[in-house]
Amino acid sequence: MQSKSKKTILLDHGSGGIASQELISSIFLKHLDNCILAALEDSAVMDNHPGKLAFSTDSYVVDPIFFPGGDIGTLAVHGTINDLAMRGARPLCLSLGLILEEGLDLDDLERIIASIAKCSKSAGVPIVTGDTKVVPKDKCDKIFINTSGIGIVAEGVEISSTMAKDGDMILLSGSMGDHGITIMTRRAGLTLDGNLASDSAALHELVALLLDKLSPGTLHALRDPTRGGVATSLNEIAAAVGLAVEIDDLAIPVKTEVRAACEIMGLDPLYLANEGKCLALVAPGQAVEALRLMQSTAVGRNAAIIGSLKAGKAGQVILRTSIGGSRIITPLHGEPLPRIC
Amino acid sequence: MKYVDEFRDSTLAEPLLEELHRAVSRPFRVMEVCGTHTMSIFRSGLRTLLPKGIELISGPGCPVCVTSASHIDTILAMAERKNVRIALFGDLFRVPGSTGLSLAHASSQGAGVDIVYSPMDSLKLASKYPEDLIVFLGVGFETTTPGIAATIMAAKNSNVDNFAVFSTHKVMPPPLLALLDDPELQIHGLLCPGHVSTIIGACAYQPLVDQYGLACVVGGFEPADILQALIMLARQIDRGEACVENAYIRAVQWQGNSRAQQMVNEIFKPVDMEWRGLGVIPESGLAIREEYEFFDAEKRLNITLRPAKEPKGCRCGEILKGKELPSQCPLFGKRCTLGNPIGPCMVSSEGTCAAFYKYAE
Repeated sequence: MQSKSKKTILLDHGSGGIASQELISSIFLKHLDNCILAALEDSAVMDNHPGKLAFSTDSYVVDPIFFPGGDIGTLAVHGTINDLAMRGARPLCLSLGLILEEGLDLDDLERIIASIAKCSKSAGVPIVTGDTKVVPKDKCDKIFINTSGIGIVAEGVEISSTMAKDGDMILLSGSMGDHGITIMTRRAGLTLDGNLASDSAALHELVALLLDKLSPGTLHALRDPTRGGVATSLNEIAAAVGLAVEIDDLAIPVKTEVRAACEIMGLDPLYLANEGKCLALVAPGQAVEALRLMQSTAVGRNAAIIGSLKAGKAGQVILRTSIGGSRIITPLHGEPLPRIC
Repeated sequence: MKYVDEFRDSTLAEPLLEELHRAVSRPFRVMEVCGTHTMSIFRSGLRTLLPKGIELISGPGCPVCVTSASHIDTILAMAERKNVRIALFGDLFRVPGSTGLSLAHASSQGAGVDIVYSPMDSLKLASKYPEDLIVFLGVGFETTTPGIAATIMAAKNSNVDNFAVFSTHKVMPPPLLALLDDPELQIHGLLCPGHVSTIIGACAYQPLVDQYGLACVVGGFEPADILQALIMLARQIDRGEACVENAYIRAVQWQGNSRAQQMVNEIFKPVDMEWRGLGVIPESGLAIREEYEFFDAEKRLNITLRPAKEPKGCRCGEILKGKELPSQCPLFGKRCTLGNPIGPCMVSSEGTCAAFYKYAE
């Protein structure tokens, strides 16, 4: 019996004509329905809010587009929400720009849009405007997504690497490297036992909790260690503030399966991407409370205090090793590549 | 993580460190041959804890670092050919040839370059790209060669006709013997490579003891393994003895892995090989035997190696011989960085320059 051929994206779907409209109604509005988007106007108009505006954008081109723990859609929602949250902003809304490759399976597209809708709904951050383009086959890889987001930073909140201070404790909201190693093992076609999965998650509620409960002005800086990993983010913080960072290898949470996969592939989890973790720099007197608050949330239950900011060589990040030695942690140089032996 | 955590545990490492401090009665120099040792010594922070009397110098044991510029140039020329796809381990991707360009550049210009995790993945590429010849870059020591021999056997058994290997495989004992003939190199002991020794066995170092009176200890790669090996070396040197000892008994046997050795012998034969920094060393390389020449990229593509100049000012050669430290190279940290590597010792994740650049204070 001949199988029914799959429905795929055609160049017509990006024409702006009838096929585009069908795509919008049958997939986008079906899943992303909200009154601002459904109006199908040229731009979204929203009420003003007191406070400062935060604005961020990010593009997502991950391969594979589906992986354990998420897909390119979950990353596109969580990534931009997290970028806003890292400045202490409450995310208000997102835009969604799609570049689709001719021939993309429509079922795959719908699966991605459904997961974008699910993440956006669960985060309480609606998609209020969007755009779709279709490019000929081989001009992009299946689907590229851009999301931009607007958030509101409440009066009196100032979160920035430059606000970090000597003595600040550094917290990591959970285990390191889950996303990066999941993607790399999938790309490598390695099937490893264990539960490797991306940590894709929105962090704005965790940040809101910290801002709400910690003494005002004690949460100094936040970073989400995505590409380049914890190592690169810590280097950026150290450079921005002109202080040294010291972290303790044994204190950094890394799942056993992630460590094992890193051992096999010759990778260092410090340089692997995370998509649902943040580094928080907190005044020392509030660090334990910040840890307790993080651990009270689902996304932060494995949080740990991993080190501190110190006077020392400006911009230098030092790791204390498990045997009591030390080494320098540099930022990532180029893509992490697996080694020969 | 079993077999890893125990050997990184400070409750094991601390007493070993104390013992090592007691065991070092006079200053000595040890060459750690393997790039993985170099990296592990830095990554674990061991370098900051060792007794002052021990001087560790890195040897020629990073397979990427010792790949000559002429081999890299040949690889780049292959990558430019129509209907050739290069399959390689990731380390080699950014290694520049004599023009400063690398496979990363070739890939950006549209050459077919695929990073694989196992040589067997090349056979999957061969089936995916039936019009192309998949050339796997056989770079590495005895540790990697058996897997590549197995891949060639698998290709033959499954009649894969678009797969070949460009072999620059090298074997470990000959360069060590060549280095030890150099009167300028003053070393008292050798931290012998653990991975290579799983294949060739601890017995392979006996000639170094017999001919040069060198203390030889095979070591594993975790901090406690390395400390144990250094204690054994310190004791041999203190007693004025030289013998081969094995501090990596959970992986290495005296005779090695005979099955792997047989597979390598079935496919490969010893040939003279050019090493970066060391020149041509007799019988230090492996070429594909005539019976398997269908899988030999040199034969299939009719390749002749041309001499190539090393990058100007680059001291990788002297560093690989253990004669200079990266900091003595005029390019190190200035023109040659991790972001813009000039010599292979900076490119490879196991290279001495990369280790110093990344981890040294």
